[in-house]
Amino acid sequence: MAVTVRIPTQLRPLAGGASEVAVNGTTVGEALTALDAAHPGFGERLFDDRGGLRRFVNVFVAEEDIRFLDGVATPVTDGTVVSVVPAVAGG
Amino acid sequence: MALVDALRCRECGRTYEISPRYACEWCFGPLEVAYDYDAIAAAVTRESIATGPPTIWRYADLLPVEEPTGALPVGWTPLVRADRLAEALGLGEVWVKDDTRNPTNSFKDRVVAVALAKALDFGLKTIACASTGNLANAVAGASARAGLPSYVFVPADLEPAKVRATAVYGATVVAVDGNYDDVNRLCAELTAEHPWAFVNVNVRPFYAEGSKTLAFETAEQLGWQAPDHVVVPVGSGALLTKIDRGFEELTRVGLLDEARVRVSGAQAAGCSPVATAFAEGTDTVRPVKPSTIAKSLAIGDPADGVYALDTVRRTGGGLVSVTDDEIRDGIGLLARTEGIFGETAAGVTIASLRRLAAEGVVRPDERVVVYVTGHGLKTLDALGEGVGPTATIQPTLDAFRAAFPTAQR
Repeated sequence: MAVTVRIPTQLRPLAGGASEVAVNGTTVGEALTALDAAHPGFGERLFDDRGGLRRFVNVFVAEEDIRFLDGVATPVTDGTVVSVVPAVAGG
Repeated sequence: MALVDALRCRECGRTYEISPRYACEWCFGPLEVAYDYDAIAAAVTRESIATGPPTIWRYADLLPVEEPTGALPVGWTPLVRADRLAEALGLGEVWVKDDTRNPTNSFKDRVVAVALAKALDFGLKTIACASTGNLANAVAGASARAGLPSYVFVPADLEPAKVRATAVYGATVVAVDGNYDDVNRLCAELTAEHPWAFVNVNVRPFYAEGSKTLAFETAEQLGWQAPDHVVVPVGSGALLTKIDRGFEELTRVGLLDEARVRVSGAQAAGCSPVATAFAEGTDTVRPVKPSTIAKSLAIGDPADGVYALDTVRRTGGGLVSVTDDEIRDGIGLLARTEGIFGETAAGVTIASLRRLAAEGVVRPDERVVVYVTGHGLKTLDALGEGVGPTATIQPTLDAFRAAFPTAQR
């Protein structure tokens, strides 16, 4: 499944400055793993030592926070947009 | 001059030069201003502060930016002894920090004052924010005063009074079809696209520092003593963590001899991710979809939630949530006992104080300060039909006597 991952400014240097990267995967976790394979370095930035998403990384699928869905197991299909957004804004 | 060293990640400790950035490039943790505390301790005394202006800028040495010229006076709001409220709750010494008395009637004028000053420092010419209402008012007002355009993003279901009290300043008000967390995410993404000062996004490390002035003022107004216990409303959690930090910094630079302040938090039951985590004893704050009349606290994914949780646990405070009915009762109780009319967040705080007192968390032997952070006129509709005329009569003496037979003559 070809999905689009939207990259926050903080991580764009890892992707040669791109704001979006197209990857394959059937879940959010697979898509992010594919992102790390295509552009090494994303994995250690997005995931902590225990393999979970870092606590200040938010991920959205079709505008919904994946913590309201199935987390990294949330399925994605052709054309899905996965957004990675820093969590510390607001308030 | 501001006595700052750098921006430092609260999670991993990496440092960055002072710049409009807010998240660590390594781990996405929040960046905070790192100060040169030795230089501050050498520069500041109680006496030097006393000669400063009656605004937040009397504490300029403890803030990340110098006072700009021509801004509206912000801060130095009354700290009011609240004996009737204390009696009603079975408490001893209670004080109300009345932050309704700021230029746009909420504590958000403090954070915006600091953020806008820093934005000007950075050469950013447009001010923007994601807001649950009070911040919208503050950004629009301060930007108008500075002659700068502003873009204010709010949830489309916000109270009409807060929308109008923003638009009147000439701000561009963008009502977003979604909740505050949706608005926030949009603004986090817009920050990458526009060279604007989003006060609570890319200027957030500086913005958040403004909240410390609530602790500074409290200590000075108590004769340079710390309270025993503070009760603070929790939306993002930043206000609570920064009030705690403010007391700690006063001790660090020698302005307070000692500060052992217990910090308690107040949330609305319809949006209580931090109180829920506290009650369940967990370290993670699970986001929620807010549904409460306390719209100013309706942040389902609080950025500083985990830090607020840490602060409350470390200081031995409590963290409770109260229902919409309790919120309305809280607004009324504060107004009836002390003549202070707070918005729904104040209702949350007073109702939580009541709960914490009943549970014995806030004790009668403590000197307590509660933070009333926004004015009640902003959320009139939330009061409902129960608050209105006692009677409607014809303009005659007979009609009055008939309606009020026991009124003293």
